[in-house]
Amino acid sequence: MKLTQGTFSFLPELTDTEIKAQIGYALAQGWAIGVEYTDDPHPRNFYWELWGNPMFDLKDAAGAMLEVTACRKAHSKVYIRVNAFDATRGFETTRLSFIVNRPAKEPGFHLKRNEIGGRQIQYTIESYATQKPEGERYE
Amino acid sequence: MNATPPLEIIGAATDTAAADYVDLSALLAESHVNEVLDELDIELIGLKPVKARIRDIAALLVVERARKLLGLVGGSPSLHMSFTGNPGTGKTTVAMRMAQILHRLGYVRKGHLIAVTRDDLVGQYIGHTAPKTKEILKKAMGGVLFIDEAYYLYRPENERDYGQEAIEILLQVMENQRDDLVVILAGYADRMDTFFRSNPGLSSRIAHHLDFPDYAPTELEEIAERMLMSMQYRLSPSALAALHEYIPLRMQQPHFANARSIRNALDRARLRQANRLFAQKGRKLGRDDLMTIEGEDLRISRVFE
Repeated sequence: MKLTQGTFSFLPELTDTEIKAQIGYALAQGWAIGVEYTDDPHPRNFYWELWGNPMFDLKDAAGAMLEVTACRKAHSKVYIRVNAFDATRGFETTRLSFIVNRPAKEPGFHLKRNEIGGRQIQYTIESYATQKPEGERYE
Repeated sequence: MNATPPLEIIGAATDTAAADYVDLSALLAESHVNEVLDELDIELIGLKPVKARIRDIAALLVVERARKLLGLVGGSPSLHMSFTGNPGTGKTTVAMRMAQILHRLGYVRKGHLIAVTRDDLVGQYIGHTAPKTKEILKKAMGGVLFIDEAYYLYRPENERDYGQEAIEILLQVMENQRDDLVVILAGYADRMDTFFRSNPGLSSRIAHHLDFPDYAPTELEEIAERMLMSMQYRLSPSALAALHEYIPLRMQQPHFANARSIRNALDRARLRQANRLFAQKGRKLGRDDLMTIEGEDLRISRVFE
């Protein structure tokens, strides 16, 4: 199951040139670029690991691409996304976020039914990947 | 000036892999690089060898563009440079212009200049240098990285100095990402020579060594007048005569820093002019009084002692 989170996620995978162009667009808008990765694809998992600090004051996408490539090298088997932050409101707001790397095999989610009082059913989803401990999820 | 877009490959040549002929002068006109070069000629006094070299580089880049239009692959030329010269000879100013020229010719994508010194690149403890240097390199991507007093990066007297680490990262990027940024190393001639001798890897990756000559006394006078004009001051005839005497005397003093010394001398003259005007209490001052620097403002200087 292909994870569809963030912008462009229903499109075919972006090529490096396309990623670079998107980062270039974000920089032209004056946004800062951050690279993050995770092995927990749950949609409510907002806090991905930071790959270094967000990059401020960049002029050209080549700088951010260096970090994307470095992160891919270090975490080739997990999800990596690029975030663009807008500071117009006085704090950093995510304006654009898209996935640039994903595991070769994405096992998808499993629907859990939990019976509570009065035959009521509580539904929740859980990624098959997170049933394994951290670090072994996409081996 | 900055509104002019960089040179793009235009016309029919982009549709087909290769055109049959190419018009060099049209390419040159289209890049508006001549405007920057002419500006350089007008605004910077002296520096003849430097200007000639910059014209050569511009010509090379235009020809490289033309070759690309005709489908000839040569690989992009390496444009890392070193600027050597005594203090105050205009290295930083020219570096800023260089960024503009390279941008016009489409060699760098953004054309900004990041000026750094050792402190910006080298960290203070183990593991601090690499992220710091990379941070600067990322910011300089698409533009020009100007490293002032580059020889401070290498401190042979301390074998544990982290400067070497910064040099290694720099070398790697200079080699692998030639299309993304241009590195300009600047410093005083003699110390740069020692620096390059002890870092042959760096020296061999730098194609263009530009040497900035010292200014002649007449050139310094011209520079002084240019500076005053931009600050809306002018010299009285007596001040002009004083300046004429002042420059050769100042040139013999230790720590003479060419245009920078002249700027400082003028700043001191402005200070004395203000003092002089204050001393004439009660008198109404006109525009002329506020603009004119008199001979006595310069003659108080200690070089006349």
